[in-house]
Amino acid sequence: MSDSGTYELIQPFDLEDFRAHNRKKTKALTSKLMSESDAVSRFIKDGDYIGIELYGTVRCPMSITREIIRQRFKRLRMAGQGVLEIDMMAAANCIKALDWTYIGLEVYGVSNSMRRGVESGYIEKVVEWSNAAIAWRFKAAAMGVPFLPTRSMLGTDTFKYSSAKSINCPFTGKKVCLLPALILDTGIIHVNRADKYGNCQIDGISGFAAEMSRASKNLIISAEEIIDTDEIRKAPEKTIIPYYLVDAVVHAPFGSHPGEMVNCYERDEKHLKMYFEAAKSEETVKTYLDKWVYGMKNNEEYLNAIFPK
Amino acid sequence: MQYSPNELLICLAARMMEDNSTAFIGTGIPMLAASLAQKLYSPNLVPVFEFGGTGAILEKLPLAVGDMRTFNKALHASGICDIMETAQRGIIEYGFLGGAQIDCYGNLNSTVIGSQSKPKVRLPGSGGANDVGSHCWKTIILMQHDTRRFMPKIDFVTTPGFLTGPGAREKAGLPKETGPYRVVTTLAVMDFEPKSKRMRLIATNPGVTVGDVVKNTGFELLMAEKIQRNEPPQEKELHALRDEIDKDRLYI
Repeated sequence: MSDSGTYELIQPFDLEDFRAHNRKKTKALTSKLMSESDAVSRFIKDGDYIGIELYGTVRCPMSITREIIRQRFKRLRMAGQGVLEIDMMAAANCIKALDWTYIGLEVYGVSNSMRRGVESGYIEKVVEWSNAAIAWRFKAAAMGVPFLPTRSMLGTDTFKYSSAKSINCPFTGKKVCLLPALILDTGIIHVNRADKYGNCQIDGISGFAAEMSRASKNLIISAEEIIDTDEIRKAPEKTIIPYYLVDAVVHAPFGSHPGEMVNCYERDEKHLKMYFEAAKSEETVKTYLDKWVYGMKNNEEYLNAIFPK
Repeated sequence: MQYSPNELLICLAARMMEDNSTAFIGTGIPMLAASLAQKLYSPNLVPVFEFGGTGAILEKLPLAVGDMRTFNKALHASGICDIMETAQRGIIEYGFLGGAQIDCYGNLNSTVIGSQSKPKVRLPGSGGANDVGSHCWKTIILMQHDTRRFMPKIDFVTTPGFLTGPGAREKAGLPKETGPYRVVTTLAVMDFEPKSKRMRLIATNPGVTVGDVVKNTGFELLMAEKIQRNEPPQEKELHALRDEIDKDRLYI
């Protein structure tokens, strides 16, 4: 017996279109270095479906997130597995629809900005998934297949309020949950090191960077450090994202601030607490955004304010 | 020694963590319990964190399931697909979970109060909880215990317990012989009666009567033949928690 989640896909997928798009992407080694402002304005349009990896307090492209807010997008659709970055985007009214798995502040509780966004109806559509489901949806797209059969979400309201389907397995007859491919218009990933062409190295756990980068039509990379391609060639096994997936490379030291970056810096607990305190009300979060996001021209200016000389 | 309800919960959970076993650890109390277990009871406990950390030595308390402390001196740093596929293959024994609401079959809600499309309160959502509750062999649920949380009917089934009762998990396609194993709360410890799959009181916490537990549970609780009494936190547990694990008092 087959069954379907209630919702239509927020981002329907077309594998032939994805293949054609991937064919057209340049395979030449050309420099993709650019400013955060150029990367965002060239590769994100309002209404696009975007994804951010990893999340809020950990290896998160926060400098690009702040740029997205500065460019005042109003109707983005997103895969939401997030903490600080999605809370901030919701506070700035950037989001209209979400494939939602976890949005909260971990130690610091629920995301008040998301609560306001959803409970007021500003965010028009929320579709439920589990963390594995979102990651496997990226994996399906990365594999170039329409869906992956899994054993998550079965029997629950998480399934009922998703866009997944279930069928009886044609081999065993047992029920499996089919997770549809999720192809992003634009993915955004922060890495430890990249060369100017976009070959990327990530230290420590890799979250869902490998899958999401391969599920993105356009990919913006921000990197703590820009390294020479010779360094990439010395250890090609460390390249978790190869250059041909990448459209923009932004040099972003402390790009995950106030979150952490393994082998670089720990999270800035004081700043995080200040933000989460501010995020409790619409007025105070606006004051925060005015100062730390809209009030800063770019990441450099932000860092000068965070680390005064 | 005086102790808080959270400290008791952490100690009870830590004592359940088995040496040389794999345990899926979520944010908050499970992290503290795993740290305590590694220090005092189960030095070879293998904590598994959903974004890729396996076998970390928990010297500093992780604050997030993807932070660098989740793979401190670890045996493996991979990614979320690898971890979730490892659970789906049956390698992860225990999963530790929390939730805002629970029913008599151990189904958990962490998604929404009210309706999904027009929520009264939007909660953080499944995260990895649905996956942990689907794939781990035994899930251990950690919760505050009151009638707003222990409900006859929860608003949303985020994570599967025994769903509607015996056989329901298998019928839904979930892996066989999996499901909730214990519910550890600020008042008591429950298991699930094997035939009916309904929650059953097996032990009360210090200073708590069976009547207190019943009064704070919004559904009929089955009773074990003999109800045990849990030991209060010991000095060495509280010392490790307060002076080593959570010095900054983020949780306790």
